[in-house]
Amino acid sequence: MGLRSYIATRVLLTIPMIMLLLTFVFLIVRVLPGDPVLLHFEKAASPEAIELMRHRLGLDKPLLDQYFAYLAGLVQGDLGKSMQDYSPIAQQIFSAFPATLELAIYSMIIAVGLGVFLGVRSSKSYNSVQDHSIRVFGIVMYAIPIFFLGMIFQLIFGVVLHWFPTGGRIYPGMEPSGLTIGGIHISTGLYTIDSLLEGNIIKFLQALRYLFLPSLTLGLVLCGVFIRLTRTNMLETLHLDFVTAAKARGLRERTVLYGYAFRNAFLPVLTMMGLQFAALLGGAILTETTFSWPGLGRYLVDRINFRDYTAIQGDVVFFGLLVAIISLVVDILYAYFDPRIRL
Amino acid sequence: METRRIFGMRILPRFTSLTKRGIAGWMVLLGSGIVISIVVMTLIAPWISPHNPSALNVGPIRSPPSPQFPLGTNHLGQDMLSRVLCGGAIMLQVSVLSVLLCLAIGVPIGLISSYVGGAVDKICSLVTDSIYAFPGLVLAITIAAMLGRGAVNMAVSIAVVYIPSYFRIVRSHVLTIKELQYTVAAKAIGAKWYTILFRYILPNVVPSILSVATVNFADATLTAAGLTFVGLGVTKDIPDWGWDLTDGRALLPSGAWWVITFPGIMIILLALGFTLIGEGLSELLNPRLEQ
Repeated sequence: MGLRSYIATRVLLTIPMIMLLLTFVFLIVRVLPGDPVLLHFEKAASPEAIELMRHRLGLDKPLLDQYFAYLAGLVQGDLGKSMQDYSPIAQQIFSAFPATLELAIYSMIIAVGLGVFLGVRSSKSYNSVQDHSIRVFGIVMYAIPIFFLGMIFQLIFGVVLHWFPTGGRIYPGMEPSGLTIGGIHISTGLYTIDSLLEGNIIKFLQALRYLFLPSLTLGLVLCGVFIRLTRTNMLETLHLDFVTAAKARGLRERTVLYGYAFRNAFLPVLTMMGLQFAALLGGAILTETTFSWPGLGRYLVDRINFRDYTAIQGDVVFFGLLVAIISLVVDILYAYFDPRIRL
Repeated sequence: METRRIFGMRILPRFTSLTKRGIAGWMVLLGSGIVISIVVMTLIAPWISPHNPSALNVGPIRSPPSPQFPLGTNHLGQDMLSRVLCGGAIMLQVSVLSVLLCLAIGVPIGLISSYVGGAVDKICSLVTDSIYAFPGLVLAITIAAMLGRGAVNMAVSIAVVYIPSYFRIVRSHVLTIKELQYTVAAKAIGAKWYTILFRYILPNVVPSILSVATVNFADATLTAAGLTFVGLGVTKDIPDWGWDLTDGRALLPSGAWWVITFPGIMIILLALGFTLIGEGLSELLNPRLEQ
């Protein structure tokens, strides 16, 4: 199978998955016991007010009509209206998304970087004290509630040592605006990139300072998977002839480890990055809440507290689409790097 | 490895053989020790707690650990030691219930779907794959938000997230075992489909289900804590480690480290205990991984 037909098949497989997911979310909000509108008001509203909200949100129509209106809206990028002020949810989600994306990127860098480094060290000194301590570290990290780790960091580095801020994305009023060339405004919403576009190093360093604790928290919790994966793959690869040959040629240990053995063990890490993206988004909800990080996760928790069920639905749908697209891209990348997949 | 037979199934390694099984055996022992201690502590907590864990103002507000209040007090003047002793009940109930739900739903669906094959299997796989691909916590939060508060609702929302893991592990095993000669032979001598499934295939899948379930206990504990943290836990009147952590977040700026530290350590210990059992078991039951 050529790369092109592989991509076509993979895209075709993603469509029913996305449809199922959309239907599932739609049904959770409407069919599970508990009418969203009644839940929203907590029984403290007049029947007229309840009827009015049902009508304005389209929840008074037959279920099937609602379903098609929901799908038609999604195709046009409409995620519905908020129960709180009838504002379009898509707009709020798009403005919160860059914050989550930035946190996700830096956490992934920390998780993969640390995971690969420790995994390689662990495999190099197989069955030694170092190997076992790295393994214990991985297991303990797996068992820590992410928000507890975040709070401990806030306490130590924020409250006691005052090294890093304990919440927010940047010092209020310091938000970088991006770059304007010839009337075209370029802004990614990622503060570390926008500040560089603006050419403002101070803002860039500030943005990094605010990012440090949240992404370290999320990165540490996720790195365990990468440690284990790298270790297992390296242990297999280190026995292969080409590694022995490289060693025999007198290459430096680091060159053999990273330049030869790890190159071969890299593809599984790439796949895992795609798979872990879902876990990353889940972890981001808790990390964002802990660090008052104004992203999608915090938006979701905020909406839960306001009992804003239409906004919850919109946010969850967005999360789902994001994960589906990322896993599609990773699979295609994988097929590109490893032609065996396409067979 | 010596194994104990229950209803003809090889289930668990004998206790005595665990200590001779190297690190994996010790992991299982240490993990079980931690989990059993926490369960016992929670069971006898009402009798050993120095104060009523929910009583307000039993001591000064936000007082650091002292001889009178060894783990300090929180912003409501509640005794943290009593709250730590009693706070595991909800988390244990939720995790046990959710794992039972997963076992009761995920395993039979996995067995039947993969044994029957065809369209049934395709549809079941598609549905579970879609759930599996979704960020677990987001899904659990959505379901819990719609179901409302309560331990059972928490358990249900967690179970939905993890059922696919059971389905997948069972399915992958059945697809292999189904083609093995002894299964084919059983079919040839006229064994009924349910006999084949439950007498011939299930016993061989049990070890893998066990190791998934123990790791799943840890996931369920952490997810339950996460649900509580975003405001979807059981009501605040019941002492719960998750709530103490959530409440403690507001006290961080004042430097009241004791309010979050002790409940947090308890959650870690519980999750760690389950993880150790799961990791150890999977190594003991799949010796190939050890090499």
